[in-house]
Amino acid sequence: MTASLQKGINALKEVIDAPVASFFASCVHCGLCAEACLFYTETGDPKYTPIHKLEPLKRVYRQEYTLLGRLAKMAGLAKPVSDDELEAWSELVYDSCTMCGRCSMVCPVGNDLTYMIRKLREGMAVSGHAPEGIIMATKRTVDQGGPMGLKWPAVQNVIKHQETDTGLSIPVDQAGAEYMVLLSSMEVVNYPEYLGALARIFNKAGITWTLSSEAYEATNAGIQIGASDLAREIVSRIVNAAEKLGVKKVLSPECGHAYMAIRWEGPNLMGRPYKFEVVHVLEMLDELRAKGVLKMKDKLKTPVTLHDPCQIVRRGGVLNAPEALVREVVVEFRPMTDHGKMNWCCGGGGGASAIHEPAAEALRFTAFKRKKSQLEETGVNTMVTFCANCRITLEEAIDHYEMNTQLLGLTELLAEHLED
Amino acid sequence: MNEMELLTWARGTALNLAIGLFLLGMLWRLVEIYTLGRKPDLAPPRKAEGATGWHTILRRSLSPPGMLKRSPISYIGGYIFHIGLFIVVFLFAQHIKLIQSLTGLYWPGLPSQVIDAVTVVTLATMLLVLFDRINNPVKRFLSTFGDYLAWALTFLPLLTGFLAAKHLLLPYTTMLAIHILSVELLLIALPFTKLIHVFTLFASRWYNGDINGKRGVPV
Repeated sequence: MTASLQKGINALKEVIDAPVASFFASCVHCGLCAEACLFYTETGDPKYTPIHKLEPLKRVYRQEYTLLGRLAKMAGLAKPVSDDELEAWSELVYDSCTMCGRCSMVCPVGNDLTYMIRKLREGMAVSGHAPEGIIMATKRTVDQGGPMGLKWPAVQNVIKHQETDTGLSIPVDQAGAEYMVLLSSMEVVNYPEYLGALARIFNKAGITWTLSSEAYEATNAGIQIGASDLAREIVSRIVNAAEKLGVKKVLSPECGHAYMAIRWEGPNLMGRPYKFEVVHVLEMLDELRAKGVLKMKDKLKTPVTLHDPCQIVRRGGVLNAPEALVREVVVEFRPMTDHGKMNWCCGGGGGASAIHEPAAEALRFTAFKRKKSQLEETGVNTMVTFCANCRITLEEAIDHYEMNTQLLGLTELLAEHLED
Repeated sequence: MNEMELLTWARGTALNLAIGLFLLGMLWRLVEIYTLGRKPDLAPPRKAEGATGWHTILRRSLSPPGMLKRSPISYIGGYIFHIGLFIVVFLFAQHIKLIQSLTGLYWPGLPSQVIDAVTVVTLATMLLVLFDRINNPVKRFLSTFGDYLAWALTFLPLLTGFLAAKHLLLPYTTMLAIHILSVELLLIALPFTKLIHVFTLFASRWYNGDINGKRGVPV
């Protein structure tokens, strides 16, 4: 056995806990998780059945933690997990799983399969079987500050532009502000208007805020690849900066995995609760809406539908804010049939969009057919969403299928129609 | 050993042995699974209506939105054979008498004609879900020897019980002995096959409901 494989198996042994054991014991091989997974529904290939993706973790569990499994192992009857097998599984654990969490919603015996995929990725990453694309994104975040290699001077540039565009100042490193705002690289690069939109909203609401020159990147490829040590390093950068500035709250950007990382995984990675609160930008906006601060001067005339990013809604718990906010700013809202916590993934979450191999990309386009048919069912050409990664994935697919669909970011849409 | 002796053995020694092995096996498995424990979640929870493990234990008995249409045989077949098994096991007068003799607890049963009808429907449904397991590409792909074994271990007691009660195929005494022995096999195997879900599914649902409930998502 190679040293890296041994490390991987040790990592798996470490993450196996009572829920994992209970889930594996309970599985009746009914296959209903497949029916909830867009990689199965759109390809019809049974290998994409979520519980099958967990096979290596299941075998390690059985061989290490059950009486019968240990006996079988001693008698040489158990098939050990091998490097070749993990390599083959990389496609199932990364390319074809976005950790969207839909399978965990439907399993009749109650298995949280996504919880287990997240754990399996720990072993995959340590044993060297994670996809190159996500490894590089994680490395860049640790070494350079962001998954796209974006450094502070580039952010400063965006700040300057947005200050000119909005005529408002964008505070940096201001101690004692109520909110410390985090960004995601994709927003800075592709949708810089997000920052200007926030500046206008904070100004309007009279809330103090700041950016931190030490921690501006919220995305965390460490949790996607399954490397807790790197994920911890990325999170601690934010936590240290926020606690140094003494802010009350940290504002997570629209980006889905950023929210999962900083809000839900972060305290567990750090091993302690934070001295501040983490708020998703939509939660804050919805609070302002409820208070009557977020008033619109007009509404978008075209009918729209909403794509709910998995990590924010189903997995993150921001369930009601999105629809309430969309209804505030549009004339006609047509929800998709499966929406909210039952929404279907864009196909690019969980790090999948960072995998640039042709087969993975082709699979993403196939999986997108689910979203495409959902969209066509609503009969509208404008889709609002609130995750930079979903947006990139959706845009690529919309181009690929030459669809006539316009994508809008929710925060920017609100800012555009905000009362002056 | 004649059939009377076989029945006496099945009802006596074998039953005690099977119950003993079942209890030991269950105890072992439950300890093996649940003493693994889990780390506390340090993220401050979000409160939401209906987002707890207890809610999920109940809620997961219903089909989630859109799923019934995607897999009608799994849901409808699943409901019928589970409810059918429950009725036959716990509401057949003869079974209640046995439980009373073992534990002192008893409750009213259903008329035997009703039990007969439920048994036939359950047997037919179990054949249907077996067919579905072989026919459905995902189920066939996932299926192992354990799945077919679990099916057979469940089907046999139901079938032999029905044949015994109806005096079919074999003399009553022999069939009853076979019926009891098949139940004993089921008991011994239960902790070590997927049939253990009868017990663990409650904990699994609870964990899922708790993990996601802390994030404010009723699952």
